[in-house]
Amino acid sequence: MLEAILLTVITAATPLVIASLGELVTERSGVLNLGVEGMMIMGAVIAFAATQATGSPYLGVVAGIVAGAVFSLLFGFLTLTLVANQVATGLALTILGLGLSGQIGESFVGQPGIKLQPIAIPLLSDIPFVGSLLFRQDLIFYLSIALVVGIHWFLFRSRTGLKMRAIGDNHASAHALGINVIRTRYLAVMFGGACAGLAGAQLSLVYTPQWVENMTGGRGWIALALVVFASWRPIRVLAGGYLFGAVTIGQLHAQALGIGIPSQFLSALPYAATIVVLIIISHNRRTTLINTPASLGKPFVPER
Amino acid sequence: MRIELQKRAQVSTLFSMLSPLLALVLTLFFGGIMFWMLGKDPLDALYSFFVEPLLEVWSLHELAIKAAPLILIAVGLSVCFRSNNWNIGAEGQFTIGAITGSILPVLYPEWHSPMILPLMLIMGMIGGGLYAGIPALLKTRFNTNEILTSLMLVYIAQLYLDWLTRGPWRDPQGYNFPQTKAFVPEAVLPEILDSGRAHLAIVFALVAAVVIWFMMRFMMKGFQVSVLGQSERAGRFAGFSARRMVWFSMLLSGAFAGLAGISEVSGSIGHLQPAISPGYGFTAIIVAFLGRLNPLGIIASGFVLALTYLGGEAAQLSIGISDKVSRVFQGLLLFFVLSCDTLIHYRIRLVRNQTAGGAHA
Amino acid sequence: MKKLIIALAASAALMGGFASSAQAQDKTKVCFIYVGSKTDGGWTQAHDIGRQELQTHFGDKIETPFLESVPEGPDAERAIERMARSGCALIYTTSFGFMDATIKVAEKFPDVKFEHATGFKAAENVSTYNARFYEGRYIQGQIAAKMSKKGLAGYIASFPIPEVVMGINAFVLGAQSINPEFKLKVVWANTWFDPGKEADAAKALVDQGVDILTQHTDTTAPMQVAAERGIFAFGQASDMIAAGPKTQLTAIVDTWGAYYIKRTQALLDGNWKSEQIWDGLKDGILTMAPYTNMPDDVKAMAEETEAKIKSGELHPFTGPVKKQDGTEWLAQGEKSEDGVLLGMNFYVAGVDDKLPQ
Repeated sequence: MLEAILLTVITAATPLVIASLGELVTERSGVLNLGVEGMMIMGAVIAFAATQATGSPYLGVVAGIVAGAVFSLLFGFLTLTLVANQVATGLALTILGLGLSGQIGESFVGQPGIKLQPIAIPLLSDIPFVGSLLFRQDLIFYLSIALVVGIHWFLFRSRTGLKMRAIGDNHASAHALGINVIRTRYLAVMFGGACAGLAGAQLSLVYTPQWVENMTGGRGWIALALVVFASWRPIRVLAGGYLFGAVTIGQLHAQALGIGIPSQFLSALPYAATIVVLIIISHNRRTTLINTPASLGKPFVPER
Repeated sequence: MRIELQKRAQVSTLFSMLSPLLALVLTLFFGGIMFWMLGKDPLDALYSFFVEPLLEVWSLHELAIKAAPLILIAVGLSVCFRSNNWNIGAEGQFTIGAITGSILPVLYPEWHSPMILPLMLIMGMIGGGLYAGIPALLKTRFNTNEILTSLMLVYIAQLYLDWLTRGPWRDPQGYNFPQTKAFVPEAVLPEILDSGRAHLAIVFALVAAVVIWFMMRFMMKGFQVSVLGQSERAGRFAGFSARRMVWFSMLLSGAFAGLAGISEVSGSIGHLQPAISPGYGFTAIIVAFLGRLNPLGIIASGFVLALTYLGGEAAQLSIGISDKVSRVFQGLLLFFVLSCDTLIHYRIRLVRNQTAGGAHA
Repeated sequence: MKKLIIALAASAALMGGFASSAQAQDKTKVCFIYVGSKTDGGWTQAHDIGRQELQTHFGDKIETPFLESVPEGPDAERAIERMARSGCALIYTTSFGFMDATIKVAEKFPDVKFEHATGFKAAENVSTYNARFYEGRYIQGQIAAKMSKKGLAGYIASFPIPEVVMGINAFVLGAQSINPEFKLKVVWANTWFDPGKEADAAKALVDQGVDILTQHTDTTAPMQVAAERGIFAFGQASDMIAAGPKTQLTAIVDTWGAYYIKRTQALLDGNWKSEQIWDGLKDGILTMAPYTNMPDDVKAMAEETEAKIKSGELHPFTGPVKKQDGTEWLAQGEKSEDGVLLGMNFYVAGVDDKLPQ
């Protein structure tokens, strides 16, 4: 039973982790994109549509990623080229995404989807317990782990990552050093969009292989919260995502056991837990300040 | 070819006035194309969006009802955002304000007194304010990011309301359906005119906007807000406390959101139920920015946003434009308004690519 | 651009003047207001299918405009009033949360007829209508008891309102009529509509050992989970066989169309009057999707029960029935009154859950 529960937790946590990682990169470059929910739902609907059209969920995954990235360009153009307010633009992106996806997906409602099947990794998947948990998963789960490792390496070990963090901390001096701030930020925003799109694809191809309106159900917002929760560190995103997933699934089990606490209180548990953990993490003022991108949300226009 | 911005020496007054108009024209144009592509007559569609809701008196009342909470919340948020406090949990403060404001009419349904309404409003403001005080406390005491905590508290507030209305506060005569007893007439916010439903909430909203405008413009507190918002360091040199500003702005915006909550429940709904807000607290964030964080601008943007909701409904009913298209159209409008505002601060130039120099990352 | 503005102004003058009132008269307008999207695959879609059947039935004689995704609360009152003002003769408000708004608007427009789904407040020009979904749930309970090896089913519930509690109880009573030891686990998803949450709830129940799933939420996600885990499940609101061809035993299908046609006919004939309607299987307001994936004897039993309910021979809430706390609710042979059912806030014995009070 533990194995089954953990599998459920992994499925619930994966989209949060992926979307959150993308936003983390975006924010590390100094851009706050609150439109994760909108990009995610666009990824979900396009991934589903492409899968239905081609019969291949793998093409669906690709389409979801592309959809998220393209949709995020809209945000990039407004906030980076036209220096519009990032908070407002992100919220507008969410409104647009929810409407647009509903319109695109209208004809797909009620169609049974095609599930992205797990891929067993030879040898490793034979390990008892751990094997079926971690090595008999679908492509998107493997990608999520690869992203954690990759982004961690990129941010803290690579030259480009260092430059990007420099931009996030102080875009004016990064610019003075000859780093192309706007271009880097465009790429970071698109990466965030691509991840949100991938997370959306996970929803409509793995989590629940179907399309219904508003199927993201606020997960984009949770992903945003996770970034702060993780104090902008990829490995903490992974931990936070799984913690949130575990509490969510745990409360359902508590209910099924019939322990008689009002379900609303149990449903509120993941949110309360997030706040508590956040307090513990941010209590140490110094570590938080080190990780927070100092120019987050501030517009940048190169002086010429 | 690429676009390059050049900062204007000073804010362009011309474009401050022109940019909303330009945005409107662009929205009408592209919206028209969208409707045309969907096989609808673009003129009909735009007419039902922007004109039809304004033609009848009852509909103007409805516009005021819809705009009131948006303006009231957004005005409070403008102070927060200007002082760099990112309260995005107004939806939760709205909900808690509605709950604490409803304590008297729900728990003492026999109490008829002219005192009840003012008390409800005050309790609503206190409730909303205190709820916003949680992220303020966590921010000042533990350095916890308020974006996250205020957002998480939204979900908790909604679930709490859900529990109350389905549990202890449920009307015993209501077949166990999730709503409280109807408020006594003394506990209902009075309507302002006989010609429609609009109630005092819109008055609260307008007064709040003017008061905050006055504060920001002419009072020391407003100056503090701007200085601390632009640079905490500069504020410290001037002897202002950033910590106290966190408290001030969060409590203020929470109280306004709480007032909006209890006004909505008392004036428009008449009892407490699980669903009391179609996302006012979130939409108000957009309203605040559309109004450029200026309380008077927020009045205008609040009405415009309310109009798109009513217009979306009218378009749905009279020419069958779906609710989703309405939302896309709303998104378009927001994008155009946001991008046209660029013109106020910047000159936009198209530059040929070969002139671009400098190192690349 | 200038042309557009001129045209706008011209059309404004034209339509505001007389055009809109002129065209409204030849066709009767029957209007619908939905809480969700018309393609939500569940509750609202079932109403919209009913609306389409209504439109097809009467063809050119009527128009059926609708407003979708209307939030409960003040928005609902405005939306209903807009409909009343736009010349609707009959307005269907299809969610419980529209009740007070419907009553308020109805007072202002005495000549317009209103029908509110699932509520309990009526007026001279306001009817209420609802379906006895519990009849279908009783049949499902019986099937579950036959098909479950463990005698344990899982129920994904939305919100603890009487409608849902009634359904849970009917399911348990049906199951216990076959297997008195039958038990039911309940998980409240606190949503009508969120595939992810519903799937999580379904998985939690399966992991706790249930081998039959049933749901009172609207998406097919639980059905998909059941299909994956190789257990049986029941569909909700519409036939969900496409989501689980080898999984669905049957489904309760909301079929409002016939009802809408009947009432609109009455309106056109001029003999519409306010009624409080609570129709059941026999009236066709709900139907059972084909009994599939079960042996013939179980299918025969289900069909027999369905026939008995239709003929009135069997009432699912017939004594002896004990409440969860062991006290007697219905004595031998006693049938529950409708009023008790409509306000139901207690479980019968056999439900492994504590009802939120």
